[in-house]
Amino acid sequence: MPSYETHEYDVVVVGAGGAGLRAAIEASARGARTALICKSLLGKAHTVMAEGGIAAALANVDTRDQWQVHFRDTIKGGKFLNQWRMAQLHAQEAAERVLELEQWGAVFDRTKDGRILQRNFGGHTYPRLAHVGDRTGLEMIRTLQDRGVHQGIDVHMECTIRRILKDGDRVGGCFGYHRETGRFVVFRAKAVVLATGGIGRCWAISSNSWEYTGDGHAMALWAGAELIDMEFVQFHPTGMVWPLSVQGTLITEGVRGEGGVLVNREGRRFMFERIPELYRGEFAETEEEATRWVQAVIAGRRPDARRPPELLTRDVVARAIRREVREGRGSPHGGVLLDIASRRTPEEIKRKLPSMYQQFKELADVDITREPMEVGPTCHYMMGGVRVDPDTQESTVRGLFAAGEVAGGLHGANRLGGNSLSDLLVFGRRAGQFAAESAQRNASVAQVDPDQIDQVVRESLAPFERTDGENPYALHEELRSTMHNLVGIVRTEEELHAALGKLQQFRQRSARIKVGGNIQYNPGWHLALDLKNMLDVSEAVTRAALQRKESRGAHTRDDFADSDARWAKLNLIVRQGTDGIEVSPRPLPEMPPELKKLLEEGEHG
Amino acid sequence: MAETMTLEIHRGDTAGGELVSYTVPSTPGMVVLDAVHFVQAHHAPDLAVRWNCKAGRCGSCGAEVNGKPRLMCMDRVDKYPAGEPITIRPMKTFPVIKDLVSDVSWNFEVNKKIPAFKPRNDRPPRFSQEEADRVQEFRKCIECFLCQNVCHVLRDHQRKEEFGGPRFFVRVAALEMHPLDDGNRTGLLKQDLGIGFCNITKCCTEVCPESIHITDNAIIPLKERVVDEFYDPIKKLFRILMPQSRPEAGD
Repeated sequence: MPSYETHEYDVVVVGAGGAGLRAAIEASARGARTALICKSLLGKAHTVMAEGGIAAALANVDTRDQWQVHFRDTIKGGKFLNQWRMAQLHAQEAAERVLELEQWGAVFDRTKDGRILQRNFGGHTYPRLAHVGDRTGLEMIRTLQDRGVHQGIDVHMECTIRRILKDGDRVGGCFGYHRETGRFVVFRAKAVVLATGGIGRCWAISSNSWEYTGDGHAMALWAGAELIDMEFVQFHPTGMVWPLSVQGTLITEGVRGEGGVLVNREGRRFMFERIPELYRGEFAETEEEATRWVQAVIAGRRPDARRPPELLTRDVVARAIRREVREGRGSPHGGVLLDIASRRTPEEIKRKLPSMYQQFKELADVDITREPMEVGPTCHYMMGGVRVDPDTQESTVRGLFAAGEVAGGLHGANRLGGNSLSDLLVFGRRAGQFAAESAQRNASVAQVDPDQIDQVVRESLAPFERTDGENPYALHEELRSTMHNLVGIVRTEEELHAALGKLQQFRQRSARIKVGGNIQYNPGWHLALDLKNMLDVSEAVTRAALQRKESRGAHTRDDFADSDARWAKLNLIVRQGTDGIEVSPRPLPEMPPELKKLLEEGEHG
Repeated sequence: MAETMTLEIHRGDTAGGELVSYTVPSTPGMVVLDAVHFVQAHHAPDLAVRWNCKAGRCGSCGAEVNGKPRLMCMDRVDKYPAGEPITIRPMKTFPVIKDLVSDVSWNFEVNKKIPAFKPRNDRPPRFSQEEADRVQEFRKCIECFLCQNVCHVLRDHQRKEEFGGPRFFVRVAALEMHPLDDGNRTGLLKQDLGIGFCNITKCCTEVCPESIHITDNAIIPLKERVVDEFYDPIKKLFRILMPQSRPEAGD
């Protein structure tokens, strides 16, 4: 059996995006010996790609904003499936976390009176997103990175974690390998925080990078933790569609927040026809009214009109775009047109959306200050994830915590734009705090049975031992197109069953994957190992999607087109059973009356 | 039949390497990174390359394409002459790990030398967009290290012990010109980061994919601060008389 190096810590944080960094900073500040493990280099995690902003009720631009309104918007955007306590904590603490980031050196765009500027975004009642042009994620990750550098956190870069190690029902650490050398490594720890992000690499058209292979989701499942809301996968309405090289690359919702409009091939703003009942009366009903709203926002006045329907929630906009394309009213390359050129001056566009300008100019030969962009839905974000205690972020496995995209519950059936970066800060901090406290309660690191380690070592090296077999890249492509075609934006029972059949075949084929070369920096091998996570996570999504026989938020069933009041009270829980992945419904926790009242006030006001 | 092109990619590790030719079909809008991914999927599954966002935002995929430092994800293949091979090598200034991946860990060590942001307590965090603009330019840096790769002091003279490189002058500039920061890092710039070695050839500015005016807006103003602090005759006299007033070094 190959040797492995061993490290020992109080807290090991797996993943170094916003949630992981914030968790590590907090755990370390509370005296825990802390390790931060990055799958890539530090500062390259997915947070760096976040564009639009951080949602927080600072009320700098509209003084009517307050946490209660943010709470209501979040629950409504999540179609009432959110864990109320997470939504409450998130809305209450986001502003403090943003101000803290500023104290750590972040430089947000400013209001005229020198405070943090906030922009409009889909589903948010007031301008709420603290931002830096269209590169807010970079600002956030760099600020956290620079803060963390001086805090005595041990950073292990380009290290992939493969398994949570356990001692009975308690966490004992985790196991992984260094990409550079291929050498195996064991981190013994009193507490582990999963901050591994999402699962977008299971779909063909995605805004996600190679890292997003559901590592944390799968490892939590294998460790015996529960997952929640796995049927809800967010397709961002506006990804690039052409050229093929950039298909799926994200176009920030900030384009619409800055006044951009969606039109079909006939030049019609189709979103006016797609305002759902839930939002009836809250959005502009004519182009004239929508234009008035944009003009007021640009001028910095409080609008006397309702907001444009392009700012409906992502689930609604993505479905509407899909429908235009399906019904033959799409753009030349199978999307719709997003036009900011006719709404804002070239100078304003370059200033507020510099990355979008550059991205289209260099990659698509399109000048967005003069021409519309072609856009279509792209798999972007996973609402579902590890079920955690709302206050502590601890999973159902003792000592195992989760924060950020890998954790479920905050966003319910659909996440609002801007609520992700705030999620990372609020719950990253909480996970770090409670992981450190949990570690302090344990005098020693748990013992890990060496057999557990031997087993994962053997499994990891198996692809090298086959002389003939499947190419991991080819199998990955098939998985991605299967999930895209059969478990996409709109689903049916028949297609979901077909997907399960395919996944079963892929599972058998994945046991025959062969990789060439040696264990040093070998991406083919890395992908072969990541496929195991992707297959289990894909199955979890598909099985949950089969069970939810209604349409809600990001989960749309062609065969159950309406929302069903009975399902509004149920989350689906996914577990690893003895015979495979099991899904079962569980009633939502009862919301306290004072919060219920907040939602009702929203209905009437 | 689809049009094809030839890539010549560096294959090898610390023990040595060579250029290996691969044939790849070209598609509209293709970037160099797409071509490399095609090679991985069809010819060489173990070809090592770093990438993440594929949209010019994370700075992971820097390499030397036909000898020029580029982000492979933003480098369109159709701008290269048709029919001629495209060569791709790892960044030369850093030790190679394997194929197109080089060991950039030195940069993370330099970063640790820079003292953290130190907020002033004497004013509320209010400042104008104009004040923000000045540092936001520097904060656009995506840490691709292409500027480090082309800097003569690092590339040709290997002064990694004495010199921080353009990336970290940009980082110090972002702190020094931050409207809320109260630190003084001129001692660090002079000593640990060796800003005096820079002779302003602007190679860094030319390769910056974020178009940061590294030389004009970061390095030159920082050099001026160092000169003011250390070589101004009146200040020098003051320092001799009052040694405790030396600017703080990078602690």
